[in-house]
Amino acid sequence: MNSLRPDLAIIARNVAPGSRVLDVGCGDGALMAELRDHRDVDARGLELDPENVSAAVARGLSVIQGDADTDLADYPDRSFDYAILSQTLQTTHRPDRVLEHLLRIGGRAFVSFPNFAHWRVRLSLLWGGRMPVTRLLPVAWYETPNIHHVTVDDFRALVKERGITVEGAWFLNGDKLTTAAAANFRAEHAVFLLNR
Amino acid sequence: MWNSSEPSTRLVDKARRAALARLAMSDDQRFGLARHVILPGPLKLDGGGALAPVEIAYETYGTLNADRSNAILICHALTGDQHVASTHPMTGKSGWWTRLVGAGLPVDPARHFIICANVLGSCMGSSGPGTIDPVTGSPYAMRFPVITIRDMVRAQAMLLDHLGIERLFAVVGGSMGGMQTLSWPATFPERVGAVVVIASTARHSAQNIAFHEVGRQAIMADPNWRGGAYYADGAPPAAGLAVARMAAHITYLSEAGLTEKFGRRLQARDAKSFGFDADFQIESYLRHQGLSFTDRFDANSYLYITRAMDYFDLAEEHGGTLANAFKATRARFCLLSFDTDWLYPTAESRAIVHALNAAGAPVSFVELKSPFGHDAFLLEAPEMNRIIDGFLRAGEAR
Repeated sequence: MNSLRPDLAIIARNVAPGSRVLDVGCGDGALMAELRDHRDVDARGLELDPENVSAAVARGLSVIQGDADTDLADYPDRSFDYAILSQTLQTTHRPDRVLEHLLRIGGRAFVSFPNFAHWRVRLSLLWGGRMPVTRLLPVAWYETPNIHHVTVDDFRALVKERGITVEGAWFLNGDKLTTAAAANFRAEHAVFLLNR
Repeated sequence: MWNSSEPSTRLVDKARRAALARLAMSDDQRFGLARHVILPGPLKLDGGGALAPVEIAYETYGTLNADRSNAILICHALTGDQHVASTHPMTGKSGWWTRLVGAGLPVDPARHFIICANVLGSCMGSSGPGTIDPVTGSPYAMRFPVITIRDMVRAQAMLLDHLGIERLFAVVGGSMGGMQTLSWPATFPERVGAVVVIASTARHSAQNIAFHEVGRQAIMADPNWRGGAYYADGAPPAAGLAVARMAAHITYLSEAGLTEKFGRRLQARDAKSFGFDADFQIESYLRHQGLSFTDRFDANSYLYITRAMDYFDLAEEHGGTLANAFKATRARFCLLSFDTDWLYPTAESRAIVHALNAAGAPVSFVELKSPFGHDAFLLEAPEMNRIIDGFLRAGEAR
């Protein structure tokens, strides 16, 4: 579990053992493999990049090449206990619709994203006047896959507006947890557990 | 040796018997290359009626392990045959899937017991229109019953019964072979553990049927066809079959692939002839493909197998809902499509994936990039091999 990205490690620790999980944007399947091997989870994945899909299938995982924006509609209601969307929300065309699908497909959803209101991002924009390039957002504006930057407070507002319940929230500064109160300023990264 | 009168303890006797059983297995006449079996049947057919006896030509590679859990059935395409990894007896060419099946490859005789059987209706030794009808003593020709993909699969299951294999570790097939692999878990949910479907579809589209009908009409319009009764005098409808093959061959290639390989280049000449010779390289290529095909394939078999493919609609067989076809199986699925395949485009594979998701089946799917169209699955495709290898090994680790 040590090799997992910090947000994935949080998700892995909080998924109920033996449950059914859909990992949307599962990458090479690192989280899925962890859940399968240590939490007895029946994990399925959706991933856009064919090379990542190949890598995941080569690990013995069940992963479908597809797009969160278009292919989630194909999954039946409540077909999973959890739907997971890690570091992918900000890359989708309609994050709100993707979020609705997650909660339709899984009873509960884990969503993690980089916080665009982190103080380092704010400073970069304030002093530099340029779109921030940071550790978690390492790509220049014209080629970044992150087309919908979002802050912790933005996300909280969306969730409230849609009547979605926040069951749990974790805020990361590096690989250390930070408090919810100052999260919009201090957290580089947020993980939410939602249900409806 | 079985009746050795040598006194021995029970334990030694048991060990010796086991050793002999292993030896006997390797000498088992049911296993090996160029096998042919006549099973009594009857094989009940989807179209009504039954076939008896049922002849099946097949090959096996590798060794069946002690608990008979390493068997992989390879299903061939429309004009394929049982020589998946051995030299074809008529053309002298190496097996049709030596890029996937062989030492060090994803389907490996060192680990797997590999079976490939000529499909029902074909002409390489399994029962088909060219087979002698025991009732009349002459070839069935068009008296052979119209068969379906599911009938082919049921015949394969009869072969497995004969080989003493209750459950397949995996079925693997591309194109029409993929239709059979899809039909396997739907027809025998308990008898297969993993299903690989490459460049295939769960139903033939109007366009698919249309191309096949062009081929069938070309055969039947050949005056040599004579209602299919051409076996006696050695004058088959070769011209019609060649045209059928030419039309079908176009559907196996991509437009970009054709342009790259042939463009508008002329064949062994500097200028257009202002006649109807094969001026263009593509014409010459297609004529060659058509003609060489008639050396190895029977026109009536072509009619029967294309009909079976046209009738294929797996959802229709399960109350109109494709997901129902997979409700009873616990098999894992791996689907692959190619981005330039317009015969069975990616959307067809996605429809199958959708149904498998709805049925809750474990499924993996990738659309692979290739310039070669439908034929890509038979060509060098390292990414395809990598995925199939990972998929199969994941099942072996369990």
